[in-house]
Parts: sequence; C-alpha cells; structure tokens
Amino acid sequence: MLEITNLQVAYGPLLALHGVDLIIRPGEMVALVGPNGAGKSTLLKTISGLLAPRAGAIRWQDEKISAASPQRIVEHGIALVPEGRRLFAAMTVRENLELGAFTERAHREKHAQMERVFTLFPRLFERQRQRAGLLSGGEQQMLALGRALMGLPRLLLLDEPSLGLAPKIVESIFAILAQLHRDGMSLLIVEQNVHAVLALVQRAYILEGGRIVGEGDGKILLADDHIRAAYLGPLARGAV
Amino acid sequence: MILAQQLILGVLVGGLYGLAAAGLSLTFGVLRVLNVAHGELLMLGGYGTFWLFTLWQIDPFVSLLAVAPAMFVLGMVLYWALFQFVVKAHEETRIKNSLLIGFGLTLVLHALAIRLWTADERAVTTAYAGAVLRLGGLAIPWLRLSCLVFAFAILTALHLFLAKARWGRAIRATAEDWEAAALMGIPVGKTYLLAFALGTALAGIAGGLVSISYSISPSIGMEWTLKALIVIVLAGLGSLFGSFAGGIILGLAEAMSVVFLGGPYREVVGLILFLIVLVVRPQGLFGARA
Repeated sequence: MLEITNLQVAYGPLLALHGVDLIIRPGEMVALVGPNGAGKSTLLKTISGLLAPRAGAIRWQDEKISAASPQRIVEHGIALVPEGRRLFAAMTVRENLELGAFTERAHREKHAQMERVFTLFPRLFERQRQRAGLLSGGEQQMLALGRALMGLPRLLLLDEPSLGLAPKIVESIFAILAQLHRDGMSLLIVEQNVHAVLALVQRAYILEGGRIVGEGDGKILLADDHIRAAYLGPLARGAV
Repeated sequence: MILAQQLILGVLVGGLYGLAAAGLSLTFGVLRVLNVAHGELLMLGGYGTFWLFTLWQIDPFVSLLAVAPAMFVLGMVLYWALFQFVVKAHEETRIKNSLLIGFGLTLVLHALAIRLWTADERAVTTAYAGAVLRLGGLAIPWLRLSCLVFAFAILTALHLFLAKARWGRAIRATAEDWEAAALMGIPVGKTYLLAFALGTALAGIAGGLVSISYSISPSIGMEWTLKALIVIVLAGLGSLFGSFAGGIILGLAEAMSVVFLGGPYREVVGLILFLIVLVVRPQGLFGARA
C-alpha cells in the first residue's frame, strides 16, 4: 500500500535520510523507533509532502507520490498528526475539526465524520466551542488526532503522540489507535515510548542515523537485547 | 468647542487610517511580508475612483463596486508576478526581500501615477460634497461620516468572511501555522494569493474613500503606508476591529496635537505614539502577548 524505496532526504548539504526502505501493508499498524535525530520526523514530513526527497521514491497504491504537494497527499488519504500537535490555538475545537475536512473529498462527508470523531472523543464534543489553545495536553492530542481523522485518511502518520502526556492519557490515546486499527486503518507511529508502542503494533522499524537498522515483529523486538539496551534502559525489565 | 470639533474630525479620518491598516495587517499577518507599497496601492484606488467620476460621472460610492474588484485583480497579478517568489523564502528572509520589492514597487507606481495623472492634487467633488450635519455648535461633514460608516461596514464584512467562510478560515489557519494548514490539505499558495488580493482591494477601497473626502496625489503613498504601520504597531496584529480602533486612536491623537501644539505637529505625534507603544507594549494595545 505504502512503499518507500531508497529514500534520501537532505537539509541543504546535510543528508538526513540515507536511503530508507519501508513498507506498510493495508490495515497494518507499524511503529518507527530510534534515537533523537535519527530522522523519524523527517521521514514522516517527507511522506506528507512537507519535505521533498533528494532521491528515491514513495509509492501509494502503486502511484508515485514523492513529488506531490501536501494538499495532494491529504487528498490521497494520508494524514499526519505532527509532533507538538500544531493546533490552530486561536480557533475553537469545532473550527479546528472543520479545517481538518478542507479537501473536497472530506468536505462532503464533514458532518457524518464529525459525528464519528465526537463519538470517539466525547470530550471534544463537550469542548467544541472552546479555543484549542485552552485545552489540556491530552485534549489537545485528541483534537490533533480528531482533526487528522476529519480528512478521511486511510493511512495515519503519528509523530510522538504520547509526548508530554500523563501515562493514563497515553493509555487512552493508544487504545483509540488500536480501535482505529481494528476498524481497518493503516498506521505508522513514531514514538519515544518504545515499550508501549512495541507492545501495541504488529511490526516495527528501527531508524538510526538516517538508516533502517532493524525491522521485525513488535513483540520480538521488545525481547531483543540490543533494543532493550538501546531504548528501554535498565528499568525496562520491570516496567509496565 | 474647537477641541470637540477637532476630535470629531479625528475620528472621521481615523476610520480611514484603520481601513488602510487592516489591509496591510492582513497581508503582513498571513504572508509575513511587509508590503511598503501599500500606500501606493491606496493611491491607485483613489485615482481609479477619481477617473470613474471625472470621465463618466460615476458616483464615487458606486464606483467602489468596480474599483475594489479591479484592485483585487491587481493584487493577484502583483502576487503572481512578485510576491509569490518572496514567500518561498524563510520567514526572516521574507521581510527583507519584501521590503526591497515593496520599495521598488513604490518607485514604479509613483512614477507611473505622475505620468498618468500629473503631480497635481486631485479630489472627487460630488454635488453633495459640502453637506454638513449640524449638532449643537458642531459641524460633521456628511461625506466623511459616510466614509467612516462605509469603512466600518467593509471591515465587518471581511470579519464575517474570515470567521465563517471556508476560505476565510483557511486564511486564518495559514496565518497561524502554514505548515499545519498544508497538512489539512489547504493550498497555502492559494490562501496567500487570496489574502494579498484582499489586502490590495482594501487599500483600493481606502484610497477611493480618501479621494472622496480628502485629496490624492502621486506622492501620498508613503504617508499612508506610514500611518498604516503606526496603526498596526498601535493595535497589534490579528484583529480587524483592533486596526479600526487603532486608526481612530491615531486620528484622535493627531486632532489633539493640532489643538494643543499646532498643525505642524500633526505628523509627529503619530511617530511619537509609535515609539511609546514599541517601548511600553510591543505586542500592541489589542494584540496578544507572543
């Protein structure tokens, strides 16, 4: 469904991704883990069209999308929930959701889809007239997720959805992601909370220094010694 | 009595300052470019109204129905020919490059206006130009009052567009975070084009009103750009009605300086206000703290 081959992305002269290969099959939930500066956000931004690759290809349902604008990519059904949520803080919850349905395709389904988002996040329904900037961190993450869902995505990219949130809220966000997955959505999740995300997904990629250095079943990676030492730390054995 | 009369005139001219500032504030807030030729665009709108009146005796308020869309199209052309290249740069570079392009545009439009209309001062003088509303001992020129109401109505319409319409919301979203807007599928380039064209149309409408109630000449551009900048600093970015109120405050301050200090100080008081606000409240009177 999504097929990335030999993707290279550079910031000026600095190469951030050195030929990345990655596949997401229909309905799959995949994690992308790795240390800070490995290029995880760069990869998500490139898939969404915010960055242009220097070489390599991104294919979506056998169509090349690596040179397309962010707008075209949203229309294709790929949505990014960016790091730091990037809500329109001065606008209301409802306005944020409506902006999520800006494309023609999503605009037609706007009302029905908003119902679905409100069913998924009853909290957003209660707060719909509030300014997004006044929400709590957890509510903001729900809104960021709901806003992305308004675009009727088939593949959802998430950049650090648990960042800065209390464990209880992370749990409920992850439960929602699992539910979206059960409903047939494909997901690619970048996450620092490696332990929790590897337990959630079917498959994971490990990105280090702009290269994919490992790939495999989430639960198997969770038991891998290198992963444990590199990302989970000494506490991992007893945690969660 | 002289003070009250001056204050009324101050409010009346202030509404036009506010309208001029609203257009500049829109392009600045959305595109992050500073178009210093805004005053020249205002001047063009004024000449457009003047032309339609002189050549075909079209009532100036009616002619704004033609001037505003014409200026909108001019804004699209200017964006397409010049400013679309500026917004491709990073935000700090955008301001610098837009200043250079803006000054260039200022010179071109100024020279063009002298060619087309000579350097003389012009004004639209309608049959009803002299009508005055008398309130006690005060005289309120009907024409300037209508201009104030007209300016307020335009800003209200624009406010409703930005608040409710799909593309209006897209403009606000782009102003707040263009990358996030792009991720929603909003074509950022098109919202920039729309915002710049709207800003140009606002300048044109303001110019038309200036030509009705005051006068225009090819050299008024810089003065109006300056007034608009003072109002933006005074009011802060991001609120149309803030710009309108800021314009009226500037008009009042100028009026008071005329009464207490004398006519020559009129232009100075705005700049003093500008400096005071920058030092004391850099986010503007109505702006949110960044």
